[in-house]
This record gives sequence, structure tokens and C-alpha cells, in this order.
Amino acid sequence: MNDIVLEAKDVTRTFMISGGFMQAKRPLHAVNGVDLRIRKGEVLALVGESGCGKTTLAKMLLGLLPPTSGSLELDGTPIETMDRLRVAQTVQPIFQDPYSSLNPRKSIGSIITLPLKVQGDNDPSTWRKRVDEIMELVGLPRRVYNNYPSQLSGGQRQRVAIARALINRPRIVICDEPTSALDVSVQSQILNLLQDLREELGLAYLVISHNLAVVEHMATRLAVMYLGRIVEEGDADTLFRTPKHPYSKALLESVLTPDPSLGVPDTHLGAAYPNPLDMPSGCRFHPRCVNAMPHCSAVAPRKIPVGDGHVECHLYDENEGKLAS
Amino acid sequence: MATKSDSKRVLEVSRLNVEIPVPTGMLRPVQNVSLHVDRGETLCVVGESGCGKSLTSLAIMDLLPSKAKRTCDHMLLSGDSVFQIGERAMSDIRGDRMSMIFQEPMTSLNPAYTIGNQLAEALQRHRKVSSDEARQRAIYLLEKVGITAAAGRLGQYPHQLSGGLRQRVMIAMALMCGPDLIIADEPTTALDVTIQAQILHLLADLQREFQMGMILITHDLGVVARIADRVAVMYAGQIVETGTAQQIFNTPEHPYTRGLLECIPIPGKTRRGERLGAIPGIVPSLVGHMQGCHFASRCPQVSNACRSATVELLPTKQPGHISRCLLTQSAGAETPQREGAAS
Repeated sequence: MNDIVLEAKDVTRTFMISGGFMQAKRPLHAVNGVDLRIRKGEVLALVGESGCGKTTLAKMLLGLLPPTSGSLELDGTPIETMDRLRVAQTVQPIFQDPYSSLNPRKSIGSIITLPLKVQGDNDPSTWRKRVDEIMELVGLPRRVYNNYPSQLSGGQRQRVAIARALINRPRIVICDEPTSALDVSVQSQILNLLQDLREELGLAYLVISHNLAVVEHMATRLAVMYLGRIVEEGDADTLFRTPKHPYSKALLESVLTPDPSLGVPDTHLGAAYPNPLDMPSGCRFHPRCVNAMPHCSAVAPRKIPVGDGHVECHLYDENEGKLAS
Repeated sequence: MATKSDSKRVLEVSRLNVEIPVPTGMLRPVQNVSLHVDRGETLCVVGESGCGKSLTSLAIMDLLPSKAKRTCDHMLLSGDSVFQIGERAMSDIRGDRMSMIFQEPMTSLNPAYTIGNQLAEALQRHRKVSSDEARQRAIYLLEKVGITAAAGRLGQYPHQLSGGLRQRVMIAMALMCGPDLIIADEPTTALDVTIQAQILHLLADLQREFQMGMILITHDLGVVARIADRVAVMYAGQIVETGTAQQIFNTPEHPYTRGLLECIPIPGKTRRGERLGAIPGIVPSLVGHMQGCHFASRCPQVSNACRSATVELLPTKQPGHISRCLLTQSAGAETPQREGAAS
């Protein structure tokens, strides 16, 4: 289909980590062979525990970090052939913490105008008007134009961050924990705003969050990441209703819905998140998996197509790992 | 050591106030907060940032910043007063009969000492025990909180542990002296969801096993619903509603509680992309004295009376369920319960 705005093909990013004094550096595979597609108007949510590579992946999609191998395409053009300004026109980030992502010494007006300046917009006389429009769109009162970030509430700051991301009309917005730093009553306002903007501007979102209630509310597609790989991907409704991968199941079980008749769930997941420098053999999830079978520790699972997505688990592979032997 | 009373009541706080002088006047972040916890009971204090929930817990532990002044009618730990008993007596109680678990285990553990060292210190500060006994207790509790190969962990430093493990160590440390009361301030906020579920599961188990009272402070309504026996909702320095978890989540009385519950997307219930509820406006400043209901400026059901009357906690139709709202559908509205006796 033609409406794919962003595509990652077999993307890998390896960091070389110091192994200690007088020791060789060791590779850390933060992202390992990830395929992703975001279509126009879609909300893809990326979930997983900390350290699974979500943020590294997001940085690569923003063009801030080159992949070690694999390719990234924006609108069909490889990212590495585009200059930074063009990437920035298409993809924009919204970060978690609106306290540290806004320059405290710049006024709100100049924070939102800056992307226009950077892009060398050729008609400075329209800037003020465009800033006013975008501020109205994200629900910021005009009077804060000359204020500084310290004078705004957390929710208002996140609105400034959103306005700054949208002023150049990007096609994809990467929201890294967009509401984690906010209070519940403010969180709902920001979520409503993000939904409205998506419809109004036809944006696609990549939402990175550990708050699965938020993810279920927003996402149309869901990708579950574990130790640098996407272990399950699919339509959000299907995946939330019938998760296939044991890790997706455990992750969804740990969502605490506000229902006092249910107790605290017991996820049966071992506490030990593996050391990414020392990856488990075979399926990376096998040391914590309740369904682990003997061949899980020997053979890495293949991608099995499920619906319009995929899952990487031997439970759903008829070959039962015999393929590699 | 003071004798412990037989009563089930572990903590009773009546009309706690905290005042902090600020350049613009007197900040009153905690106002007339009364609460109680029984043995084996979990009270969740829930509210948004700045509502005074953390300061309430610090005031109970007498850990407020030195500028802050606290007053209360009484504060009883298992029947003994723990209000203004002097710093020395208080530090004997802190960590022994009541202990605290903080949000960020990385900053609350000392990075320069091994965890064995820090665990043993928690016990040896209060009890005359040999270091070997302290070590045995540490190993016993580390195993209780689900840390495998506990003996080997004692020589490790906090930076060598993951966030989940560090929080388990913090819990073990809080349990070293077998406290009557545990105050956990956002114990799982810094952790992953999977680890959060495990830690909450562990806290609930331990609390049942050791029959402690627990105050859990959080902003996460999901956590509250799953772990609380009773819930106190705080807004702008006051408790606005108290009741059992069922009462708060199924039949909330106060407009603020109802607003909060409408703000969160509920998997399976809220339709995707559906507009979530919102509470417009901002929290009022708590500097100086405020007239009327604190929530009046944001309340969808506000009336003129709300802006002038002092609103007390009123009993609802259900026993144990009280709400600070003039609209409260009260069983005995003609005899409003005095605030101090409530909760």
C-alpha cells in the first residue's frame, strides 16, 4: 500500500559497551532486527519494559541515531539520504517530561516559533499568525505567548511541546511517554487533545508508553517489544483481547484496571530481567516464560504470521524449532 | 520499649495540620486530615500532585522540613502518642514500630554501603542483636521479598541491583524490626508495570502475613482499586472522601472523585478514542485561609453555598463512607458529624 509513512526494515542498533578495565568492548544489541510500518492516520503503540530498546528505536526513527544495519524509510525515501531538516519536517517528537524538554530561558512564543526559523521559513511576517493558530489548536491561551515555561502548569507545558512539534505540519509524531509526568486529570486532557489533532491533521502517531490503559485507549496497532525484538505485533483490538505471546499475556495481565473486586494480579514472570549484554540463547524470553519448552532455549523462534501481524514464539510454530537443526 | 496495646487500631491521626511559611504568607498544604489504620488493613491515600498526600505521610513520620510546623489533636501509634515526643524518642520509633518505603529506591539507599550493611543497621539501631543475628534476619527477609541467593546479595551495592530488586531491598529493610505500620509513598511509580504488579503482590502478601497496618500513597487509581481496603481521596490539602474501595469506585459521592474516575481510560470499558472526562481549571493556591469548598472553582455542580460555607466531612448512606460535599446524600444530614470524629 502507498500510505505507509514510515517503514523500518530489519533495523539493528548495536552499542559497544566498555567491558571494564583492560577488557575488550562488548556489543549490546539494543535493537535487533526490527520491522515496523506506520500508515497514515494510524496510531502504533510500542510497549515493553524499560531497557527493551523502545527509546533507541524511537531515536532512529527520528533520524537522531543511525541504525547499525537495516533501513529506515520515510514516505519511501531512505532516511540516510535525507538531510536533517527534511526528516524534521516529517517526523517530530513529544517527550515525556515537559519540565526538561522546554528551554526555561525562552518565552513560549519563541519556543514555538523556533522550528519555523530553523526550517528557514521564507515568510517571517506570517510566523506570529501561525504561532497563534497552533496555540489555539492545542488549547493554549494567547496571553501565555510572552510567558516563560516556569510560569505554566505541567499540562500547559505539554501543550507547548505539542504545539512546537506540530507547527511545521509533520506527518508522524513520536510520543515518548506523552502523559507519564502528568496528573490524571491533566493526562485525560492531553489524550483528548492528541486524539483531536490526529483526526484534524491526519497525523500518524508512534506512542511509546508503559501505561497500557493509555495505550489501549489510543492505539490502533500494538507492537510488543522484548530485549530489542518485536515479539508480537498486530491490530490493537485483537492483541488486547487475545494476546498470543506469553510475554504479551503477562504484560497485559499486569495492567491494573481500577476494579476493586479484582486483586493484584500474579504475573508469574520471574523478577530477573535478563542482562542485555548477556542475551539468553534461543528465544530471549525463555528464562521467564511459563510455557518454555526444551527447544526454546536452543532455537530462536521464527516470525509466524497471525492475522495481519506476527508473533515470534515456538508455541505457534508447527515446526517446533526443528527448522534450524 | 513501650508496651503495645491489644487494640486493632495501629494508627489514629486526628485533625493534622501542616503549615509552611512562604514569602507570600502561610502555606497550608495539609488541613484537618484525620485518618486511621487497623492491623492488617491497607489505607490508600490518593490524589494528584500537590494535594498534600506525601506531606501527610512525612508529618506522621515527623520527617517534615524544619520550617514546617505541624499541629494535631492527637496522633496515636498502637495507643501511644507519637506527637511531639522529642526527636530521640521519635527516632527510636521510626524504623522500628513504623517504617517507610519511598518512591525512588536508588536515592533512598546509600550508594556507599552494601545492602547487607544497610539492612543490618536497620535492625541493630533498635535491637541489641549480634551482627550474625542481624545478618540472618536480613537473609530471611530478602528471601521473603523474593530475592533468590539472598546471602550472596548482602555484599552487593545498590548500583548492582535492578530497580525492582532495589525496591524489594527497601521493603525488606522496612520490615527488619517487624513494624506495626508501614507507610509506602508511591512504592511502584518508578518501576515497570510487570515489576509493579509483583511488588504490589508482595506488599499485600507480607502485610497479611505480618498483620501490619499499611498506608499506601499513590496517584494511580488502578493501584488503589486493586490493593486498598479503604481509600482516602485528597484534594487541595483536605481529605474529600473516605470509604471502602468498593464505595469509592462503585458509588463515589464527591464530584472530585467522580471526575477523577472519569478521567482514566478503563481497558474494556472506555471505547477507543472516546473523549475522556476532564476536570477543567487548576488547583487553588493553599496560601492563607480559603473560604468555602476547595473544589468549588472546578466543580461542575457548584452552588453559591459552596463558595462561602465551611464544608465538613458528611456521612453518606453507607456506613464508613464520608464525603466533604454539600450535595452528599446523607443518611443523617441533620446531625453532621464533627470532622475530628470522622474517617
